[in-house]
Amino acid sequence: MAILVTPQSKILVQGITGTFGARHTLLSLAYGTQVVAGVTPGKGGQLFENQVPIYDTVAEAARQTGATVSAIFVPPPFAGDAILEAVDAELDLVVCITEGIPVNDMVKVKRAMQGSRTRLIGPNCPGIVTPGTGKDSHGGCRIGISPGYIHKQGNIGVVSRSGTLTYEAVWQLTSRGVGQSTCIGIGGDPVNGTSHLDIIKMFNEDPATEGIIMIGEIGGSAEEEAAEWIKNNCKKPVAGFIAGATAPPGRRMGHAGAIVSGGKGTAAAKIQAFRDAGIGIAATPSEMADTLLKMM
Amino acid sequence: MNIHEYQAKQLLAQYGVAVPPGDVCSTPEAALAIAERLFAKGEKLVVVKSQIHAGGRGKGTFKSGFQGGVKLCKSAAEVHEKAKGMLGQVLVTKQTGPEGRLVSKLLVAAAPAIRKELYLAVLLDRAASRPLMMVSTEGGVDIEEVAEKTPEKIIKEIIDPAVGMMPYQGRKLAVALGLKGDLIAQGAKLLMGVYKTWWECDAAMVEINPLCIIEGADGKEGLVAVDAKIGLDDNALYRHKNILEMRDLAEEAPLEIEASKFNLNYIKLEGNIACLVNGAGLAMATMDIIQHFGGSPANFLDVGGGASKDQVTAAFKIILSDPNVKGILVNIFGGIMDCNVIATGIVSAVRETGLKLPLVVRLEGNNVEAGKRTLTESGMTIISGDSMADAAQKVVKAVGK
Repeated sequence: MAILVTPQSKILVQGITGTFGARHTLLSLAYGTQVVAGVTPGKGGQLFENQVPIYDTVAEAARQTGATVSAIFVPPPFAGDAILEAVDAELDLVVCITEGIPVNDMVKVKRAMQGSRTRLIGPNCPGIVTPGTGKDSHGGCRIGISPGYIHKQGNIGVVSRSGTLTYEAVWQLTSRGVGQSTCIGIGGDPVNGTSHLDIIKMFNEDPATEGIIMIGEIGGSAEEEAAEWIKNNCKKPVAGFIAGATAPPGRRMGHAGAIVSGGKGTAAAKIQAFRDAGIGIAATPSEMADTLLKMM
Repeated sequence: MNIHEYQAKQLLAQYGVAVPPGDVCSTPEAALAIAERLFAKGEKLVVVKSQIHAGGRGKGTFKSGFQGGVKLCKSAAEVHEKAKGMLGQVLVTKQTGPEGRLVSKLLVAAAPAIRKELYLAVLLDRAASRPLMMVSTEGGVDIEEVAEKTPEKIIKEIIDPAVGMMPYQGRKLAVALGLKGDLIAQGAKLLMGVYKTWWECDAAMVEINPLCIIEGADGKEGLVAVDAKIGLDDNALYRHKNILEMRDLAEEAPLEIEASKFNLNYIKLEGNIACLVNGAGLAMATMDIIQHFGGSPANFLDVGGGASKDQVTAAFKIILSDPNVKGILVNIFGGIMDCNVIATGIVSAVRETGLKLPLVVRLEGNNVEAGKRTLTESGMTIISGDSMADAAQKVVKAVGK
């Protein structure tokens, strides 16, 4: 098992004919992921790369193919609308890769999603990988832009706001012969669909996950909230790293959400919260896997 | 993106928020003319305010020795004189750093008689994913200090984005601010105007500190935004051409402007080890690991997920323009991107810039063997790092020599 998606999950891609969407859809197909439909309004009836049917609407694509998960690659001005179209089609899961969506668009989207059955991951995230059993983890479910081959099927859950730090952690695990249950990038924006805590709770309940790596960064208080819950509820060992200890206050460090403002969201406060919760702290980003493995 | 106080007040005024009458100028003569107009209309006091994107202006000092970036004046002649002391001079405040900022614009405005100073801000509440209006009776001082010492004096109201700020919320906060009688309705209207400015301009933050209860010419009390600060959501600027025109490049670091031309995310820091990394999280972590091993990062630089050879070359030129840099650490986790493309970019950049400083490269990921081979076969003295820790230690050692 895994969380959120399995190798059997059927995926549709919104923005499949754009350069970015097309490139990563091909990589997902090559990884063995069940990409069953694409959505590009006006191109319904065509085939993507002679294999994936394209529909005009998400609802139609889901009805015709049984897809329950969407990956969104549409440009920022249209991404909020794309998310809500997938919510309206009552998909289980929407993974929004798009970077650069205005914050107020996401505030509206999140308000509109209240009470819906759909879970949103992202935006501004690398996506999700549940590794497969084949060579280079082939046969898994890859949604988004992560490199599939760095994974290996196993029992460690990885959750992070950052893409490249997720890859770093995954690669450290894989090169030590340790595999992953599911790896999730929740995104670097200040308003996102799923928090560290949401994912930690899922890993805690997932029988296939035996240890967790949680990677955070400066800004907001999501890491502190997750740590507080872990302290009282988590049955599994958790190791973590917080990026941005050297970031100057008041500056956005690449990610729209990575900012220390008004003395809030510092790396020091998050590391302290991790320590108080018994989370293993990697002194450097080179030691994320080793810190967890020592605890297991 | 940040804008100047006078620009923030222009936006607020468009949404019906009362601001003191005045105008912006860039010469002492223009300052004099504005002041003469204000005094002719019966104003008793006029304030001259340096326009820079940093706080602490009033207590700042110009490099010329002139004291104070904000001055109250009793006559137009005094305004003229103060303007001469400020324009074209570099103002140093506790927020500018020792290098200070050049003052090339002044806001000359009426300085009303202030009865009480209040605080007002609108920002995003990240935990709630909703807008938050925050007010306090303790205006005119550092709000972080108020939050720390007397948190009960900060009153917060979350706004539901589906309906926007409701009049009852405005009245509730107005009453919490201690407003009475007619001022409650006036305060509620002003608060709603500030919220509307935040929402419709896609601001990241609007801060009015102080928001003042003033004594008007007719002796009646009124509410006015005496200072104003607005930061915008960069992601939303594409739909606000008028606000985008308010960008002041003189307020941004030249290297950061250069980097933005190549879609590189660069932030200059104070250290001497430059870094070039793909991905924001890894870039932050690279700075952290340099410090962990006793070094000091010279910059944050994210070349993005699909960096081209041209971008890598531009990135090298930018980090080498910082005279403090004594060594370079390249940290690339090439997930999808081909490590060999990056390696080729590095070799060409080193050739083009005639690099003499120690260069440590850590490559990992897709096609890494070919990438490493390219670096070795270039015949250049590039130090290879096996892991992030190894690379960071090597660059710290190389620079320390």
